[in-house]
Amino acid sequence: MTNDTANIPYSDESILAVRGMNVDIRVPAGTLHAVTNSAFHVDRGETLCIVGESGCGKSITSLAVMGLLPGNATVTADVLKFEGRDLLSMSQKQLSALRGNRMGMIFQDPMTSLNPVYTIGNQMQEIYVRHGKGNAAQAKDRAIYLLEKVGITAAESRLGQYPHQLSGGLRQRVMIAMMLMNDPVLIIADEPTTALDVTIQAQILHLLADLQKEFNMALILITHDLGVVARIADRVAVMYAGYMVETGSSDEVFNAPMHPYTQGLIDCIPIPGKTERGALLGSIPGIVPALVGDQEGCMFRNRCDFAQEVCGTGIIERKALGEQRGYRCVIGPEQAQANLQASRAQAAVAAGE
Amino acid sequence: MNADAPVLECRDVSRTFMIGKGPFVQKKPLRAVQDVSLSIERGEVLAVVGESGCGKTTLAKMLLGLLPPSGGEIFFEGVPLSSVDRNAVSRRIQPVFQDPYSSLNPRKTLASIISLPLDVHKIGTPEERKRRVEEIMELVGLPRRLLYSYPSQLSGGQRQRVAIARALAIKPEILVCDEPTSALDVSVQAQILNLLQELREELNLTYVFISHNLAVVEHMSSRVAVMYLGRLIEFGTAAQVFDDPKHPYTSALLDSVLTPEPQYGLPEITTMGREFPNPLNPPPGCAFHPRCPKAMDVCSQAQPQPADENGRLLECHLYGEETAAA
Repeated sequence: MTNDTANIPYSDESILAVRGMNVDIRVPAGTLHAVTNSAFHVDRGETLCIVGESGCGKSITSLAVMGLLPGNATVTADVLKFEGRDLLSMSQKQLSALRGNRMGMIFQDPMTSLNPVYTIGNQMQEIYVRHGKGNAAQAKDRAIYLLEKVGITAAESRLGQYPHQLSGGLRQRVMIAMMLMNDPVLIIADEPTTALDVTIQAQILHLLADLQKEFNMALILITHDLGVVARIADRVAVMYAGYMVETGSSDEVFNAPMHPYTQGLIDCIPIPGKTERGALLGSIPGIVPALVGDQEGCMFRNRCDFAQEVCGTGIIERKALGEQRGYRCVIGPEQAQANLQASRAQAAVAAGE
Repeated sequence: MNADAPVLECRDVSRTFMIGKGPFVQKKPLRAVQDVSLSIERGEVLAVVGESGCGKTTLAKMLLGLLPPSGGEIFFEGVPLSSVDRNAVSRRIQPVFQDPYSSLNPRKTLASIISLPLDVHKIGTPEERKRRVEEIMELVGLPRRLLYSYPSQLSGGQRQRVAIARALAIKPEILVCDEPTSALDVSVQAQILNLLQELREELNLTYVFISHNLAVVEHMSSRVAVMYLGRLIEFGTAAQVFDDPKHPYTSALLDSVLTPEPQYGLPEITTMGREFPNPLNPPPGCAFHPRCPKAMDVCSQAQPQPADENGRLLECHLYGEETAAA
């Protein structure tokens, strides 16, 4: 496949830089193209959100970066660099020296990602000692410091508790504190607030944003929730069926979405005070295509209102609109904006009836 | 039955579970639902919102007749629900559950899942049932070729359509939807919400819509009941509750909704610094007072009484006669 992502600029200072990454997974039915020609990077102090629906390849992207994919998956990339070092050429041993050390991870469900039979303190100390940062006593001091940092009261007594003794919000705070034990430069958070209540979600996102600023870390947040993305992201990458179909700053993507998928996705969400109560929501008909086997044309064309004949053939080139702004669609930017206005006007008329 | 009465009415409904931590420890009461009084009018969408553990699902189960209240009484068209035959209730009130991955029997075909309520209630001949199943599948937007498919062959959205079709097969009047879209993707969620809206108009249904997603609730509902730790703390029309929330908890919930509008940053969260309290050991007085930004001395001492405020029910010391007197 030709690579139209290679010329997207990134700086040498970028914590993580990815260009032209493909992830193929061997399944009984053939090859599943989980991620195709993916390109993104993230700098210190910057928040990148990767957003998409289930099965779009957003979690696979993060697992590929961390080298945690199962054996039947192959990762290829033109560039896959973490702090300037090539991740693809690293051994598992070198990778595991990075994970939990320079790279921190937070997963969706803190109940399943914490070990239920070890205490919080035990697990927090382990990650510190294992990466050779110091002895158990130093680890304990740091654990207490960080638990207080993430807003947990009576931190010292919490060290002796087991994960099941904490509420969901507290467990996620513990996960965040644990991830900070070794001063990571990059945090990858995969749906960190999906399992939490709305009020707790806002708190945890605040905490993540504050800590990121304080420790000047790069944050990659993976989520399906456009509301979360809009409020926290500096830059956004929208994924669909393994492709990054639209990238840009948060303002650009939400205020002037170019790809029909991004446009549809934003219009699917009722906004209190704006969307008329009881009116029909915008919706994207159909379902996500299967990713097994050879691919041709745009993966979204079967659900797209603006699909044309040309969408079914060849490779849809990425249209670059700015240094980081781009989208993968045959429709030009003026036409895309005109389409969006037209479909919103149509929806407004339908709602007014 | 009384035609003027609300279709469903709860009068001081409570449900207490006794929770034990082993055979020798005395069981403690968990008051999942406490003194909830509300009515559901024909044709409306009543939304019940609150955080996990607030008792909204327990209330739904009681409305469905699946769980008897331990105090108070639920009336179905003016008649106590407990005195109505179980079958008669289920013919007219049907549930749609949250997770279409676990609420459908994986070993049955769609045809037998959707026709099961018809079989149970012995409605029609086998041919008529088959016709009804095809009819209802078309209504909810499931292609006929899926008739003999299994749930595992469907996508999440299609499964939720099956759950709705199953609920609608015997032409009920009330659907109790417990988080019907929270397991679905955004684009699919919009499809299902639109389907529910269309069905309501077409079939003249009444919905009890339970959700933690306030954006969805505001969009769907005509009246909203906000629950906190088993108690109904604010109950009014969607316009009242969303445009002018009165209870501090309702305001806090609304403030935490994240909409895709990048011009606003993350909401300020000073009001909700504390965790949800342990329902086995609820705070004294108003259960919300430890998290409440407007808490007063009286809040930790006395349980606020429900007060009527321009047709909306509020349970807060800031409102009602007590404050006016003090």
